[in-house]
Amino acid sequence: MNFTLEIWRQFDREAGGEFETHKVTGIDPESSFLEMLDLLNAKLGRERKRQVAFESDCREGICGTCSLVIDGYPQGPKQVTACQIYMRDFVDGATIKVEPFRNNSFPVVRDLVVDRSALDRVIQAGGYISTTTGPQPDPNSMPISPAVQKEAFDAAICIGCGACVAACPNGSAMLFTGAKVKHLNLLPQGQPERETRAVNMVEQMDAEGFGGCTNYGECARVCPQEISLDVIGMLNREYRRGQLAEKPADRAPMTTQ
Amino acid sequence: MVDLWKTTIGKKTFVAVSGSILVAYLVLHMAGNLWSLAGPGSGEPQIDVYAEWLRTFGGPLIPEDGILWAVRLILLTALIVHVVGVVQLKQRNRAARPQAFPARRIGRSWESRLMMVSGTAILAFLIFHILQFTTLTIDVTPLTKGAIYANLYNAFQEWYFVLIYLVAVVLVGAHLRHALWSLFQTLGLDNPERNRQIRTGASVLTVILVAGFASVPILFYSGALGAPDGEGAQVAMTKEAGRS
Repeated sequence: MNFTLEIWRQFDREAGGEFETHKVTGIDPESSFLEMLDLLNAKLGRERKRQVAFESDCREGICGTCSLVIDGYPQGPKQVTACQIYMRDFVDGATIKVEPFRNNSFPVVRDLVVDRSALDRVIQAGGYISTTTGPQPDPNSMPISPAVQKEAFDAAICIGCGACVAACPNGSAMLFTGAKVKHLNLLPQGQPERETRAVNMVEQMDAEGFGGCTNYGECARVCPQEISLDVIGMLNREYRRGQLAEKPADRAPMTTQ
Repeated sequence: MVDLWKTTIGKKTFVAVSGSILVAYLVLHMAGNLWSLAGPGSGEPQIDVYAEWLRTFGGPLIPEDGILWAVRLILLTALIVHVVGVVQLKQRNRAARPQAFPARRIGRSWESRLMMVSGTAILAFLIFHILQFTTLTIDVTPLTKGAIYANLYNAFQEWYFVLIYLVAVVLVGAHLRHALWSLFQTLGLDNPERNRQIRTGASVLTVILVAGFASVPILFYSGALGAPDGEGAQVAMTKEAGRS
């Protein structure tokens, strides 16, 4: 198969970028999108040209490292991670546009690689969970009903790839933050810090410059992990719950006996 | 309250609450309008009686127009909070994404895309609507204070007024269809098992409001609601005679 690629090239954070056209020929229909880019890079190497920088790690759709916008769809048009897109999904001879994730809080590092550490800082703002270390807890000492377990796990499978942020017309990270808040705030281990977690994460999200949700729902339509828009409802609920709860500073200081 | 206004989610809460106040008013306004469907009556149309009741409601304990002004004050406050909140949120959202690369439209509804446009148009219509039927400033068709039925009848004999009102009502419908279910999401009143019903409910309320509001200009224009008799009609007829 032959393709024409329009690829975003940008040398570093400061430099401006532009689309560059490359032709790839003789591509196996069963090769993945990233393998096709590897072939392009091998060709560019032979020609002594600068190769296209893009991120990938597991290439199994698990880790969330790949971050391509293919034909305008973050992570490609199939609602899977970009590494799980195969060239058989495209028409032979097609022109494919490849861009980095677009968000002002995701600065382009080079070509298709963006800096997503803003999401890490949102997670950091969520803080720790208080848990007892030491011997293995007794089985069934902390019962979790299957319904809660399923709901928490549906949120916990977020791989933090940032496709939701790239898909959002408002550049909002609320699907991501909602998934993180939901997974911890539903489980007993997440209860001690429940009130502060959502508030701190939302404040960090704002500090990073992410926009707000207007319920377009585009994030959930590209999410490779199929995180539902419902997590944003939960985030809103948890945020207000935290706002109404007494702040830790208002509580009586802990005393040693 | 101040803390809440500072964050995106907090500000959205203000927008949602002020929006629901405005929707609650729309429901009352639409229901009140339906009195005009009772027709011209003999001498005193039902809608005029209803308007008079609104003015003197709670009297003599509450001064005349007292409730009316209290409601107007609440609505104005809600409107200002709603508009200022939305404008500030919009600025944030624009700053969060490089504007040269708009997000591809994947599945968002046209109502949700039109929220800013429909909102601005509704605001403009609101000013026009108040200038016409409340302050009686836009006095194209003969308007008389207190003669609600005659005012409506005369205004809606002109096709352009009917068109303006119908377009405005459709825009309100488009705005509400996205707003009404977003409200539940923003206030965190949603529930995964109930979300389908909430969306259906939002659409049903929208249709009821649109149908209720649209019925008034349509029925007047089509002639289903007859000419008023009485004072308002007299004024109208003299003005009409003067014109021709």
